[in-house]
Order: sequence, then C-alpha cells, then structure tokens
Amino acid sequence: MKELSLNILDIAQNSIKAGASLVDIRLNESGDLLQIEIEDDGCGMSEELLRRVTDPFSTSRTTRKVGMGLPLFKLAAEQTGGRLDIASTEGKGTLVRAVFNRGHIDCAPLGDIVGTIIALVQGSPDIDFVFRHSRGDKAAELDTRLMREALGGEVPLNEPDVLTWAKESLMDQYYNMS
Amino acid sequence: MKSLEELKQIRERMKDKVALREGANDTRIVVGMATCGIAAGARPVLNAFVEQVNSQGLAESVTVTQTGCIGMCRYEPIVEVFQSDKERVTYIKVTPEMAERIVREHIKGGRPIVEYTIGAAEK
Repeated sequence: MKELSLNILDIAQNSIKAGASLVDIRLNESGDLLQIEIEDDGCGMSEELLRRVTDPFSTSRTTRKVGMGLPLFKLAAEQTGGRLDIASTEGKGTLVRAVFNRGHIDCAPLGDIVGTIIALVQGSPDIDFVFRHSRGDKAAELDTRLMREALGGEVPLNEPDVLTWAKESLMDQYYNMS
Repeated sequence: MKSLEELKQIRERMKDKVALREGANDTRIVVGMATCGIAAGARPVLNAFVEQVNSQGLAESVTVTQTGCIGMCRYEPIVEVFQSDKERVTYIKVTPEMAERIVREHIKGGRPIVEYTIGAAEK
C-alpha cells in the first residue's frame, strides 16, 4: 500500500464485512505522531481469531487461506517505529489502533483520505460513518448520520450530488486546516 | 463551508427522480475493492467511474457498486460491466483514464473496448 489512507479503506472494509452499522474513523496528529483508529460495532472476533489475525496466513474468508489487510497495516506502522493494537469483543465490535511516527523515513504518506471516505460512503450507503481528523485545535469531519437526517430517507447517501457535497465539505475543511 | 442546508436542497431536487429510478437501472459497473484491488489502485478508479457516470449524464440508468476479491489479483484493478441483455465484460488493470473511455464508448456508445478486456490479455 502506497498510502495510509488505502490501509484505512481496506481495514474499514473489514468492519463492513463484520456487519457494522456504525464505523468510526479517527485520525489524531500530535507532533510527529499520527494515531489512526477504526472502530466498529460489527460482529467482533473470538480471542482465538484475535491472536492470529495479524498473521498473513489467517483470514475470515473461506475461498482462500490468506488475508493481508491487517498484516500490511501492522507492517506500515511498525516500520516507522510505531505499533498496531486490536481490541475486539465477540458480538460487540472491534477497535483497530495504529500509531505512526511521521518523522520516520519509512512512514507512508496519508494520501487521499477524502477519496477513501467517499469510496466507503459510496460502497455502503446504508452504514453510518463518522470521520474526524484532528490536528491541534483544528479538525475535518464528516458524520453520515447528520447527512442521512438532512436527506430524510428520500435520497440515498450514494447519490452522486450527495457524494460531491461530502467530498467538497471535507476538502473545504482540509483547506481551512492547512 | 458546506452546510447541511445544501443537502436539504439536494433532497428536494432529487427525491422524485430517485423514487422513479427504482428498478430502472439496467447497467451495473462493479469495481473489485478487496486488499488486492485497493493496493493496485482501485480507489481512484472507483471514484472516476462515479464521477464519469454522473458527468456523462448516466446516473439515471447506471449504478456503480463495489465487490470483494474476484480471484484474479494479478489483473487488478478489475472492473466488470453487467447489462441485462448482454454478456458480462471484464476489464483489467483499469486506470481512471480508462474509466472515462469505458463510460463514453461502452456504457454510452454500446461498444465494449476489446483491448482493455481480460480476453485480450489472455490471448
């Protein structure tokens, strides 16, 4: 993966497959540290699966015996001197937390995080996403629960004009952060 | 700054169109978005298809959806086009630039771009 935002897209797809109704994606920058959290209320994992989930030869899929998403995200964090932790409770949900040292030469760029959020909303318009990227006292955020309420159930979240609104909303906020 | 008020305007403008559209979509563009697809560049390809379908005025009859691993990771990003009365067309190693042409010539014009398909690659 060339961008951390691609890892985020990939890990969030696990949340969707776990049957989540709410996926919370939080990015927090503090000095050289970037913390990325992806939390869902999906089916969670057993302790046994949790123990082997960052092993590339482990996957929940049945068509093949390898799953690369979490191992790649873990590698991306550890190669910067950071770490990846997963907390999960069966029936409750999963929290994936990764910490990156952005000053490290091997830290991948965040990349197109707006493109990641838009792709998630486009692909799963019936799931809610809460995104917040904070840096000091500034932040960019998107909450599809508020969008859904404004649309009153009459227009889906993956309607092109709605996706354009979401993209422009985030880009405006990032402009104000920079 | 964008306001939620603008979404309410979109709702007023689109709600009747959306209701009419139910079941009218006869073309599906499916983009592989598993780890393999994402790593190979599927995200900008997906977003390009969404934008092209809209900007070329096809949102009423075409849906863009995502799927998991199609099982041919070396050919990712893979995009499949399903149309009710035609055979499925599988495009491989798709780029955002190819998306524009696929929407224009295949979806709009009815002529699949043979050189982009998996059939052409496996010859």
